[in-house]
Amino acid sequence: MVEVPPPPTIESFYKYIAEGKLMGVKCKRCGRIMVPPKPLCENCMAKDLEWIQLKGEGEIDSFTIIHVPPAPFSSIAPYAVAVVRLDEGPKIPGIVKGVTQPHQLKIGMRVRMVFEQTPSMQTWPQWPRYYFQLV
Amino acid sequence: MVGKPLATIVSAGLSKFGRRDGLYWRELFIEAATEAFERCPNLDPRKDIKAIFIGHMGESYEHQGHTAPTIADWLGLTPVQGFRLESACASSGAALRCAVMAIASGLVDVVLVGGVEKMTHRSTAEVTEFLAMASDFPFEQWNGLTFPGLYALMATAHMHKYGTREEQLAMVAVKNHRNATMNPKAQFQRAITVEEVLKSRVIAWPLKLYDCSPITDGASCAILVRPELARRFTDTPVHIIASAGATDKIGVHEREDLTTLLSARVASQEAYRMAGIEPKDVDVAEVHDCFTIAEIMLYEDLGFCPKGYGGKFIEEGQPEIGGKIPINTSGGLKAKGHPVGATGVAQLYEVYLQLTNQAGPRQVSGAEIGLTHNMGGSGASAFVHIYKRGD
Ligand SMILES: [Zn+2]
Repeated sequence: MVEVPPPPTIESFYKYIAEGKLMGVKCKRCGRIMVPPKPLCENCMAKDLEWIQLKGEGEIDSFTIIHVPPAPFSSIAPYAVAVVRLDEGPKIPGIVKGVTQPHQLKIGMRVRMVFEQTPSMQTWPQWPRYYFQLV
Repeated sequence: MVGKPLATIVSAGLSKFGRRDGLYWRELFIEAATEAFERCPNLDPRKDIKAIFIGHMGESYEHQGHTAPTIADWLGLTPVQGFRLESACASSGAALRCAVMAIASGLVDVVLVGGVEKMTHRSTAEVTEFLAMASDFPFEQWNGLTFPGLYALMATAHMHKYGTREEQLAMVAVKNHRNATMNPKAQFQRAITVEEVLKSRVIAWPLKLYDCSPITDGASCAILVRPELARRFTDTPVHIIASAGATDKIGVHEREDLTTLLSARVASQEAYRMAGIEPKDVDVAEVHDCFTIAEIMLYEDLGFCPKGYGGKFIEEGQPEIGGKIPINTSGGLKAKGHPVGATGVAQLYEVYLQLTNQAGPRQVSGAEIGLTHNMGGSGASAFVHIYKRGD
């Protein structure tokens, strides 16, 4: 029996996060890697995409320290959120664990993704979270 | 050669901005619209206005959508056709662009355009949550990013790449508060110091409370007509000679360069081309200073100074009244206030006052060409308009 890959959707992305995997898609026509996966290649509009696993490592492209948080995050403020340029190219945001002060971070620092595998909310969206930590 | 008029402003109105307890947005809009009607005695609103275009970001504040017919009804303009435009904080910039397209198409001769938002019914936490809906949910919001947080990412990147300093960000707030003391409709009427900005509490480092625009109630309105008809309504017309819009990636993190607002760059370049002018020809501009870093980036991305020079530009006083190009003479979003759906046409209102010599103590002498830049969310949408005083 041939296993059918999941569709290239946000829901699939977070199902993989629950398995501890950072997955994106690669366009078979132009080679663009997309994290999160999108159903249509943002570069050439092709729909012929394949899943690829990324290492989850990269460097900080920019960051902020959130002092006034949205309600679901109030218990952990202040916390750092960075935009991370993954080694494979795409950039994604994530909380950097253990950082509360701007002097603890610098643009260009190396980080690695870590996973929280249980759903974060009782209602939609029942997604797990990923975080970054300094390496 | 300066471009030909696409549409002409014959009147404009603006409600007082600030906390407007006891009013619903439909009532606030009437305040702006009646000012526009009273300024233009030759306009018979029921007979002349053939369409209305209203910017309105959120129905959550009052549990009230279906904006255009609500306003048509309460202004006594039914059965006029109406459209509500939503593009986050650029909603009335979008409404203005659509109004210009409607007139330039030749299908309608006289339109009412405006915007409204009544935000202070709700707690700051609720407002923050409603506004956040304009950012990317599954990655930005899910990872605890707020709007100040998104602009803070841009500020950190700009400071790193170009050496921009927190003091320079603060100078933007100081300038806009000073301008607002000369604008009786502004939310804040108090001048502030760089020291006060730097000492205000951190919201999302490096942005502090005084780097952020406030929560505001307000409405804005203008009457646009086919240029050939302008003299029937006014002796002081202001022509719209360029109108452009652009988009960018919804997720800030996906943008290649966090120090550039690409939608502003693309829309302004298109607008300058359409108007047949260069940035140096602009005499007065209202730009979308939702956060101080945004105004610094916009000096650059709208072409008023080279890339990376924005911090120096404010430090040298070039965007001050009396400087090279006065920017946000109204006080901007920062101090005039930012009722999100109303902001785009509120920017038009200030440029209209400036180009018709009605701006009082903040008047830029001899202003002939004006520009507005209205931005949605973290820059995923932008609308740029260029104006010329009628002869
Ligand atoms: Zn492709």
